[in-house]
Amino acid sequence: MIYRITNNTAPAVALDDIPVVSYAAFYDDLAARLRDERYHVAHYFALPDEAEAHLRFFCLLLDDAAAEVLLTSFVMDYYAECPLPSLTALHPQLHPFEREIAERWGVRFEGMPWPKPLRFPCDRADRTSTIDNYPFYRMEGRALHEVNVGPIHAGIIEPGAFRFICNGENVLHLEIALGYQHRGTERLMTATDNRLRQVLLAESAAGDSSVAHATAFAEAVEKLTDGAAAAAALAPERAVAIELERMAMQIADTGALCMDTGYQLGQVACEALRTMTINTTQAWGGNRFGKGLIRPAGTDHPLTAEKAAMIRGNAAEIARRYAEVCHDLRTSPSLLARFEQCGIVPRTEMVRIGGVGQAARASGVARDIRTTHPWGLYAGQPGRETITEEEGDVMARLSVRCRETAQAAALIDRLLDGFAPAAPVRPDYDAPLRPASLAFGLVEGWRGETCHVAVTDSAGRIAAYRIKDPSLHNWMALALAVRGEGISDFPICNKSFNLSYCGHDL
Amino acid sequence: MIFPKLKVLRSHGTQYIPDLERVELTEEFRGRPELTETGDRGDLERAARRCPTGALSAAPFALDLGRCMFCGECARMAPRNIRFTNDYRIGSPTREGLVLRPGDTRVAFPEEAVRPEVRRFFGRALQLREVCAGGDASVEMELGATGNVNFDFGRFGVGFTASPRHADGVVVSGPVTRNMAEALEICYDAVPDPRILVACSTEACSGGLYAESRAVDRTFFDRHTPDLWLPGVPTHPMTFIDGIMTLLGMKRRTQC
Repeated sequence: MIYRITNNTAPAVALDDIPVVSYAAFYDDLAARLRDERYHVAHYFALPDEAEAHLRFFCLLLDDAAAEVLLTSFVMDYYAECPLPSLTALHPQLHPFEREIAERWGVRFEGMPWPKPLRFPCDRADRTSTIDNYPFYRMEGRALHEVNVGPIHAGIIEPGAFRFICNGENVLHLEIALGYQHRGTERLMTATDNRLRQVLLAESAAGDSSVAHATAFAEAVEKLTDGAAAAAALAPERAVAIELERMAMQIADTGALCMDTGYQLGQVACEALRTMTINTTQAWGGNRFGKGLIRPAGTDHPLTAEKAAMIRGNAAEIARRYAEVCHDLRTSPSLLARFEQCGIVPRTEMVRIGGVGQAARASGVARDIRTTHPWGLYAGQPGRETITEEEGDVMARLSVRCRETAQAAALIDRLLDGFAPAAPVRPDYDAPLRPASLAFGLVEGWRGETCHVAVTDSAGRIAAYRIKDPSLHNWMALALAVRGEGISDFPICNKSFNLSYCGHDL
Repeated sequence: MIFPKLKVLRSHGTQYIPDLERVELTEEFRGRPELTETGDRGDLERAARRCPTGALSAAPFALDLGRCMFCGECARMAPRNIRFTNDYRIGSPTREGLVLRPGDTRVAFPEEAVRPEVRRFFGRALQLREVCAGGDASVEMELGATGNVNFDFGRFGVGFTASPRHADGVVVSGPVTRNMAEALEICYDAVPDPRILVACSTEACSGGLYAESRAVDRTFFDRHTPDLWLPGVPTHPMTFIDGIMTLLGMKRRTQC
């Protein structure tokens, strides 16, 4: 057996219990397993050992059918020059991980079909590779032209460079160059022992998914500190927080899609509904984005009976009004003409690139950590419905948003009906961490699968911290969605995904 | 087709806030802190050690909002010394103005610190170019919200524009990443004089959590001095609106 099998509710795993296999065995097994779509890679990264003599590569493979997380590793000499055969060549879903490892550590992957920089981190191996000379794909032809957008975009959004190759109005190829948002988040996580500072860093990994990232951090830390009991008592509150965040962002993106099609009624209605949602979050924890709500092994904002009633009432009203907006959008032919059959990512492509979250579900790939690898409250909810659509177009992604918002509101309603507040427990920032262990936090944020991995050293300090926002997988889906579309449909394709730049760049 | 639209209209009614002056945020909101000197510094020293960005100093007792993450931990550890109010009027025309000391009942907005041409040229209309340089998307969404159906900052002639050539100033969010430093400089250069510069969010004011990161390059702020500093994680839309209106002389900062 080349894997240590665990799951999303089990405690941390000792590093010595994770098998160390040869790269050949790792390659063969992963290449075979990934042919079955029940498997996909949640994380794959390399770490130097304490003496910097070796690089140890860790891989977290998710088995959706068995609700298991498979851990394995292999070791390579730190200064070895020999290239590793690329798995991306067989399974494109590995491209961001192999690119990250190559960029960060100078490891070469032989036969890598897309050997490009990923995010230009400050500690990259090749200092001559800079963000202003990103090697964009080129196509020759007198009829073709290129359109460059960014890094600064027209609206008030994060930076990233988009290079379109167009034949007239039609997009032949879109390449997305990211890294402008790189802040060194993972490095700062290990540079401090102040766990409050660490949770704030996790919250800011992607500010529109603060709750999801803070939950992933808290889950990982609780697995390292045996804080599971405290977490269990907080499970309903954490579920309410993450579902409120989901509602707020799904509504915001519905509004953004309306804005980009010039449909003002839908836009302003969604703006108002989003305001109502995030003000509900603010009335609970003092911050419109839920920053501060999630803390390891405790909470600073315990949900009282009054607050529970306020949230329950607001969520029901928001869901009622939003359902009216969704009905209006679905019955407006001029909107359907823009949304339907636009920006299609077929199911097979979505599986190949390892798409996750709502975008994958809109292409018929039923990946939802709440169902496949449930944690906290979701672990006690067997038979939960995973919302999917089949078409994989902008409309399908909009439909998933509409249905997930209703589902989130229904869950909040159920959880807060006759809510009995738990005895408030203050967060624990000082509990010692298990030494020489690996723990992960795996949660379904509104964008999708959010995975944090913490590795501790022999003294119980966090020696390495790896964050994966679902955007890491899904940016490729956006690039595929616009192929063959008119370039003027790019904005609605982009909004239908609304991926994170800072969550990708870290 | 028309009936669903009428239904949406009826459900939403009037959404805009008629008088932005009278906006009161929820009690839970963590805005301007109030500091109280007590004889015992024990709590305060422990809180200062826990402070994630070193914003709090126990001796001399001061809290720098430009570095504050508004997590509220110090107020929980030293409740007799620090209390967060829901006052969102925390913008200042000077970086020093963001440092609060015991007894301060407002964030100072010294009128003489505002360049005269700011009010002369932009007092009636102001178009801004926002540049995100490492912001985590929450600040950007809040800046977008200032123009939405609720806050409708456009009613005062203030808005955001796409081209720096059309802009009267730049709003920077984020700690300024090394990878964005050049683009930010180019964008700022493209804005014609006279122009204003606004640092929006704690990360823009000081670097916040990322102040010591090697991936951050803040030399932009060595070359250019903001006209307005707006702390917050993220900066609340009302903090932005209040800050800009006070800067432009549309309102004055009095205590609350």
